[in-house]
Amino acid sequence: MGVGVSATAAQGAAFGGSVATDQGCAFVTGASRGIGAAVADALGRAGWPVAVNYARDESGARDTVSAVEDAGGRALAVQADVSDSAATEEALARAEDRFGPVLVLVNNAGVRADGLLLNLPDEDWARVLEVNLTAAFRLTRRALRQMIRARFGRVINVASVVGPRANAGQANYAAAKAGLIGLTRTTAVEVARRGVTVNAVAPGFVATSMTEDVPEDVLGSIPARRPGSPDDVAACVRFLASDEASYVTGTTLYVDGGMSA
Amino acid sequence: MATTATPDQVETKVFDAIASFGPDRSEVTREATLESLDIDSLDLAELSQIIEEEYGVSLKGSDVAEIKTVGDAVDLVVSRAA
Repeated sequence: MGVGVSATAAQGAAFGGSVATDQGCAFVTGASRGIGAAVADALGRAGWPVAVNYARDESGARDTVSAVEDAGGRALAVQADVSDSAATEEALARAEDRFGPVLVLVNNAGVRADGLLLNLPDEDWARVLEVNLTAAFRLTRRALRQMIRARFGRVINVASVVGPRANAGQANYAAAKAGLIGLTRTTAVEVARRGVTVNAVAPGFVATSMTEDVPEDVLGSIPARRPGSPDDVAACVRFLASDEASYVTGTTLYVDGGMSA
Repeated sequence: MATTATPDQVETKVFDAIASFGPDRSEVTREATLESLDIDSLDLAELSQIIEEEYGVSLKGSDVAEIKTVGDAVDLVVSRAA
């Protein structure tokens, strides 16, 4: 089944959108809150039908769906722990049945299990690598099949400033996020000539429930002297998903208030 | 959707798929080598996907590595689809 993307869309052709928005959908993992929810909202506003993936927070996912719909978009909550490949396949199938092929994939789902490497249990290492890296590999492999046939696709991996730089107590998280950037770069060159781009965003300190236990003094290390917001990250993802970013691939866009400068 | 097909239909499908990757349709013959047509590993991965969707034939990496000419690809699919 070919998917060919026509140049007939109207809604998505505005800034931040894409002519492909009437040909398929966006699939955002971990979209029940935080950065994922903001990304789903931003892509919905850019004209993409959005599959809102969540693992456990059904209420949060419903809120994300409502936000997209209230803004005039279309969205569907799809439950799956991304470390469960069979459940993820079912979620992808539901999204495709409703909206068509996944042409934008945002690998955002992530977990932390912090601890000094000396004390890090095998299961904390494995869980973080599975959710933050291996799941992104599986989802990307699956979604690329449709993207290369459509001669259009956007894969956006939510990495982190942790990985390219050190952060004591997060060896597992750093390894996963650094791996995600490596995955991004190599996948990008493999599929570039099919009109598919693969990029990463690397948030710094973003105020979400995932970072609420981070000490406030970390703000002193941020040149912008403020935490980022999920919307700061979502705006960059929306750009990378857009037609305007068609010549941007294999890169990592830091969204960190200057931390990595 | 898997369907049964005659060898001629398989040949047409393979020829069309390969032409969609860049070569002029007139250059795509049974004797043409994939190298001469500038068909690379990404093209072969997509060809495998097309074949799987069309005929329900799953081609493994080791199968595909043996394909040197367009005719090899057609014959492989025909033998597996039989």
